[in-house]
Amino acid sequence: MSNIMLYAEVTKENYLHTVLFELANKAVELSKKLDNASVSALLICKTGLAENFKEAFINSGFDYVYIAENNRLTHYSTELYSKIAVDIINDVKPDIILIGATTQGRDLAPRISSSLHTGLTADCIGLDINEQGKLAATRPTFGGKLMATILCKTLPQMATVRPKVFKPAAENIIKDTKFIYIKPEIDNIEKKVDFIEFVKGLNTSINELDSANIIVAGGKGLKNEAGFELLKNFAESIGACVAASRGAVDMGLAPADIQIGQTGKTVTPKLYIACGISGAIQHIVGMQDSDKIIAINIDEKAPIFQHCDCGIVGDAFDILPKLTEIFLK
Amino acid sequence: MKILVCIKQVPDTTDIKWTENNTIQREGVESVINPFDVYAIEEALKLKNTIPDTEITVLTMGPFQAEEMLKKAIAVGCDKGILISDKKFAGADTYATGKTIAAAIKNKLNDFDLILCGQFAVDGDTAQTGPSIANQLEIPQVTYVKELNRCDGECIYAVREIEEGIETVRVKFPALICVLKNNYEPTRAKINGIIKAKNTKITVYNMEDIGLSPEQTGIKGSPTFVSKAFRPQTTRDNCEFCNNCDTLADKIKEFGGISNE
Repeated sequence: MSNIMLYAEVTKENYLHTVLFELANKAVELSKKLDNASVSALLICKTGLAENFKEAFINSGFDYVYIAENNRLTHYSTELYSKIAVDIINDVKPDIILIGATTQGRDLAPRISSSLHTGLTADCIGLDINEQGKLAATRPTFGGKLMATILCKTLPQMATVRPKVFKPAAENIIKDTKFIYIKPEIDNIEKKVDFIEFVKGLNTSINELDSANIIVAGGKGLKNEAGFELLKNFAESIGACVAASRGAVDMGLAPADIQIGQTGKTVTPKLYIACGISGAIQHIVGMQDSDKIIAINIDEKAPIFQHCDCGIVGDAFDILPKLTEIFLK
Repeated sequence: MKILVCIKQVPDTTDIKWTENNTIQREGVESVINPFDVYAIEEALKLKNTIPDTEITVLTMGPFQAEEMLKKAIAVGCDKGILISDKKFAGADTYATGKTIAAAIKNKLNDFDLILCGQFAVDGDTAQTGPSIANQLEIPQVTYVKELNRCDGECIYAVREIEEGIETVRVKFPALICVLKNNYEPTRAKINGIIKAKNTKITVYNMEDIGLSPEQTGIKGSPTFVSKAFRPQTTRDNCEFCNNCDTLADKIKEFGGISNE
């Protein structure tokens, strides 16, 4: 029987990364096109941690969970994790492996695929099973100006998948999950990379943007710090989070960790308000799944107006203070 | 210390235009050095300034025109340039590219203490070639690196910018490090650098030179292939324009679920 395996990433704070549940929902859907392929998870973590996650696995559609626990695995290590993953994959022989396109996933996945001499499609935003029963993985390329659907000639077919693209299941998918413990063979590996320290992101904007209801994003059209100040005031008046386009970040108007788009974050708020952002496709791919999009731009021909529900043509320096005033009333 | 920097020539993506047939117009598009690779070179130059007897080799895989980019890297302070170029390399995916570059390093070049790459290339944006090279060479990798410090010739401290914060690791040489873009101005070439670059001969290797067969490289040696390429479609093509800020504010209230209270 076919098997779709998902990498269960453990975060620095010892939670399962939420992308796993997005992938699980998608994998259950794909498995129906593969004669009800089984869905499994691969979990690599410190000793005893897997117990905490069992209920989440049972409720999320997993048939099997392969667990490798060891106290040398407390911090993610490319060397140890890839060795264990390759050993388990060689044993289980899944047809498809999906890994979240997180910083950890994008570090680990190419190491695994290279060891297995198989293909890996990076940072996918679409997954399907084609008529031949193969994984068809779609990803943006050329800065998002071109979409490419990629197939793999070898097995397993691997892909990293961008978080927040697929939605987790709305209701539990309860399975009679089997937990299989595998003793990792890592005792003889001398690590070349040693963990020294970790400092949790001081700027919490990353998480705030993930859960924000409304995001107000500024681009090059805000020109200077004064422009960004107007944006912040407006955001505050409606209780929104502030984000930026790459253009604004490159100009030094905003920190890189609030950058939305292809080389930044993908966000899906209820409302996204783009101010002075022309709407390069690299930006669009990071916000197009917002429920509603409003654009404020001085150039009526700006591409952003082809990607929004509502817009106004005008100078942000003029419009933002007026809006702030309306909302503060 | 011996450093290798792997760089890539990429189309200036902000320049890309569509043809009437929905394909990307490649003619007349400027090529630039991948912006992330610029900072891989910068990190190498910083090490060269602090550690005596450091030599920087810069390598790329691509068409003959890429030689010009290698010369630019030499002009800012790199020492040698290697171009691996062969029509049979065309269409290589990240697996085949990693294999090809690793073969060149193993078979043609001396050992390196440190290999530096950019984290992403702005055209493909896969972030996979660096780790693929490291795996083929069986050396450790450190990705998403913003800063390198405390290099003693045996190991180096790398500061990684990852999703959840900042992680510092210490890696023993030989190792491959993928570098993120930075905010500072990269080094500009000086006149004597430009003269040096002009007088430096770029070494070119083809497929046979690096000991690969046609099945191992290019499109034949690639496990993945593009089955379909298409223009992204917009799901919103019906923008409702507001004439004044009051109507816009009403829309913001409606869409954002902001009450009037």
